Amino acid sequence: METGVAVLIGLFFSVAVYLMLSKQLVRLLLGIAILGNAVNMLIFTNGRLTREVPPLIPPHLYTPEIATANPLPQALVLTAIVISFSFFAFLLVLAFRAYQELGTDEVNKMRVAEPDNDQSPPQGY
Amino acid sequence: MRTIIFRTIAPYLAALMVLFSIFVLLRGHNEPGGGFIGGLIAASALAIFGIACGVASVRRAMVFHPMGVAGFGLFIGALAGILSFFTSQPFMTSQWLIFHIQDVEIALSTPLIFDIGVYLVVVGAIGSIALALEERESD
Amino acid sequence: MTPAVIDDTTLYAVLAPFAAAVVAPFLTRWLKHNAAWPLAIVPALMFLHFTGFIGPVSEGQTFTAAMAWAPAYNVEFSVYVDGLSTLFAMLISGIGTFIILYAGGYLKGHPQQGRFFSFLFLFMGAMMGLVLCNNLISLFIFWELTSITSFLLIGFDHLRAASRRAAIQALVVTGGGGLALLAGFLMIMVTTGKFEMSALLTDPKVIKNSGYYLPIFLLVLGGAFTKSAQFPFHFWLPNAMEAPTPVSAYLHSATMVKAGVYLLMRMQPVLGGTELWTTVLPIFGGLTLLVGTILAVRQTDLKLMLAYTTVASLGLLVMLTGTSHEKALEGAVLYLLAHSLFKGALFMVAGTIDHEAGTRDITKLGGLRAAMPITFIAACLASLSMAGLPPFIGFIAKEVLYYGTWGWLEFWGLPLTITALVGNALMLVIAAAVALKPFLGPKVETPKHAHEGPILLYAGPVVLSVLGLGLALVASTTGNLLIAPTLASVSGKVVELDLHLWPTYIWGNVALYLSLVTIGLGIFLFTQLDRLRDLIAAVLKAIGWGPDKGFDQFLAGIVSFSSWITHRLQTGKMQTYMLLTFAFTAVAVLLPGYLTNSFPAMPKMPDYRFYEWGILLIAVLGLIAVLIAKTRLTAIVSLGIQGFAVALIFMMFGAPDLSFTQFMVETLSVVILALVMTRLNLSPRDHRKGIDIALTAFVSVAVGLGLMLTLLAITQQPFDSRLSEFFTEYSRSIAHGRNIVNVILVDFRGFDTLGEIAVVVLAGLCVLALIRVRTKPDKPEEAPASAEAPLAEAQTGEAR
Repeated sequence: METGVAVLIGLFFSVAVYLMLSKQLVRLLLGIAILGNAVNMLIFTNGRLTREVPPLIPPHLYTPEIATANPLPQALVLTAIVISFSFFAFLLVLAFRAYQELGTDEVNKMRVAEPDNDQSPPQGY
Repeated sequence: MRTIIFRTIAPYLAALMVLFSIFVLLRGHNEPGGGFIGGLIAASALAIFGIACGVASVRRAMVFHPMGVAGFGLFIGALAGILSFFTSQPFMTSQWLIFHIQDVEIALSTPLIFDIGVYLVVVGAIGSIALALEERESD
Repeated sequence: MTPAVIDDTTLYAVLAPFAAAVVAPFLTRWLKHNAAWPLAIVPALMFLHFTGFIGPVSEGQTFTAAMAWAPAYNVEFSVYVDGLSTLFAMLISGIGTFIILYAGGYLKGHPQQGRFFSFLFLFMGAMMGLVLCNNLISLFIFWELTSITSFLLIGFDHLRAASRRAAIQALVVTGGGGLALLAGFLMIMVTTGKFEMSALLTDPKVIKNSGYYLPIFLLVLGGAFTKSAQFPFHFWLPNAMEAPTPVSAYLHSATMVKAGVYLLMRMQPVLGGTELWTTVLPIFGGLTLLVGTILAVRQTDLKLMLAYTTVASLGLLVMLTGTSHEKALEGAVLYLLAHSLFKGALFMVAGTIDHEAGTRDITKLGGLRAAMPITFIAACLASLSMAGLPPFIGFIAKEVLYYGTWGWLEFWGLPLTITALVGNALMLVIAAAVALKPFLGPKVETPKHAHEGPILLYAGPVVLSVLGLGLALVASTTGNLLIAPTLASVSGKVVELDLHLWPTYIWGNVALYLSLVTIGLGIFLFTQLDRLRDLIAAVLKAIGWGPDKGFDQFLAGIVSFSSWITHRLQTGKMQTYMLLTFAFTAVAVLLPGYLTNSFPAMPKMPDYRFYEWGILLIAVLGLIAVLIAKTRLTAIVSLGIQGFAVALIFMMFGAPDLSFTQFMVETLSVVILALVMTRLNLSPRDHRKGIDIALTAFVSVAVGLGLMLTLLAITQQPFDSRLSEFFTEYSRSIAHGRNIVNVILVDFRGFDTLGEIAVVVLAGLCVLALIRVRTKPDKPEEAPASAEAPLAEAQTGEAR
């Protein structure tokens, strides 16, 4: 059951990494969005897959009648989705502001923190 | 984007979505739903309203600043955990009050308060992000 | 004899200075420099406490007391009181009393006098701990504490670069040596299983038989040689004269620099007596003695002259300790006592001259005899002891050490005697120069109008120099009460002593003849002092390089090297960082599987229904579309497609909550992406070159493949469902909820969720802040015009 999804997750990771390794900010952001989905599915699949039975308990019972999907990874992934979205929004704005301030969308040219002509550290006491 | 049809329909659509989001929130403990989903639906409602009628009218309609809403959500989320101190139980131990009005069972509980806190945080934070980005477009 | 256990008073005596260090600043604020009087009571009481041990210790008793510290690691705060530690404790507390008084007079009116007292007391406590500690680890801790407090004291005048350099130098050299010592101690503890000094001393052969004698010996030596400024580590000690004079007198003559000697003497029974010990120590000690005296002659600064003779004296002590012969050791112990007294006094005299006359250059001083009579007398008494003339304790020490080196050592006898003779003669030259030059001769105009200092300044020199005389006059009592028990600790066996001031016989008394030769040579050299000084200066100039300069080159080399490494690793290109990170990720997920050959078995074809295949296909198409998208809008829409496909996959495997959330999030993502992208005039097209694409594609495929294989390997293992079953079972019965996912979120794991919504709030706040903050200054001329402009700009932006 997991095999097909596992292969798909591998593909998700490959595409995400490939996009994140490019020089353009936009592609970097797209890569991060896909990476989030890939990680969420990875966690979800780790808890094993069960087809079409949500982890709900019928009103008249105290435990589900039949085996349901694993609820634990679902709970983990649910918050992860919302948090990864918050951070995606943050990174999007960060990229946007960086582009505005630095005037470039190429990550290698963003050198404020590590300037190209960096002086060697001061010597002496 | 701002066609007349969209602008006319958007307030009603947004109101409906917010109503639906509260429904999703409240049923969350027993059926699919809950604070996160409800909050996202409500945030989308705000985003749609903002795109259609401008951010200023959304802010007017909301009364409070969205980040204030989020902060309040975080506050009552933490408060729901503290309530258990009054029964000498550890932090976040759930407390239940169950009423029976005729045949209808009404359950008030700290997890419900906590879930409302989650809802408000998601509405506030995500809505605030969306509105802030929309605002930039108009300036 | 097993040590007797005593009560904790001695432990508190060791810790008392730390308490005084806390009180000192407040007391100084209240009483100004007169705070020295009440503060000096603390070391005086400690001195009295340790005089109480003289009687029992001289009868051969030893004592211990202990307090648990970290028992799980065999670390305890324990003291071991025997002859050696009693002598040191009395020197530290006794001299410390006068140093505190002296500091009160010397730094009178200094705005940071309270801090200075504090540092002095911290050092005093550390030094007491060092000489009394029984446990090896706590001994090391106090050892390093003396390095740190010495750093603080040398750098006390931290506004001058020379002070800072001297402080750093002292810390690097002695602290580095301390680390070697720690390694040595750990090796001792591991190989012998003994954690206490007293336990080691009961079994002197244990280290020599352990098979690790050589590394332990070298490591302990590394600690002792750096601390006691042995050649070639001697250079930090003269530089440490940048410290205020009370520090020089206390740390860098009487106490701290003797810590290395203390350690060697303490370990002599355990480590000494071997061929290695009796070869290495005399060579380095003798070399240090010669180098120290020769360099001392070269100086004209009083403090520097004294500092180099301190180096020389330490060399002499190490040399004598290295003989492992009880007669020579007796000379070492006597010289140790004599040196602490006369050198402490002379340093204080030098400080008083500097303080009252305004200079300490002997070529600019003269005729102070009349202005400073008390100081002059103290200087004379101390110098006579240093010169080794009767009737002072320095004379007895010199007699005994000549007797020890000449008569008893087979091979080393002659070279050691000659070294000691030359060293002592030069020492006499310096003693004469220090005591006579500033005071005799015609009156020379000094920067300040010289007059006698207050009692705080001359109390110390007078008492210490008179003690040098007094202890010699009652030589046999001194020998029985102070020297014999110490010698017993150092040599590891009980020794009968017969000390006397005047030689009992003349005919055939080689030591006496050697003394006469020393005095004659010394007087001759003193008359040639100026010529000698010029000669040595010329030779040193010809050599040009010294360990002091080497230290600067060493530090500069370290800085350049780390700078080079940093620039190698941190190119400033984000792409490089990302590529390295992901390449390592790929290796991390693929390598273990390859090494342990635990790649998953070939899975069989999953039995998906056709619409399920369809959903997977949609996801793949979405991904490919994102990759090849030519315009912004295509890319965003394609991103949405893969996101919705993920939502469908969640739905397909029984996760409606996830599915809804994913739908909403994807929608919002597309909306905000579209909002931002319309303002970013950017194309999502790839601008990479061919080789770049191939490399990144290879890395990304490796990462994807690795994670896929890992996931397959995990899912082929049996599943442990205990946790999930717990939640399923109790969701309704105790948490009253039928949606298990929601119950986990808001009840079972509610605390996690609380943290997570806090993160969401924070992310929202950050986004708002980012949007509002403006980094570009409104007026362009405000921007700094220097080369660092972009950096400064960013910093001002952050500050707003």
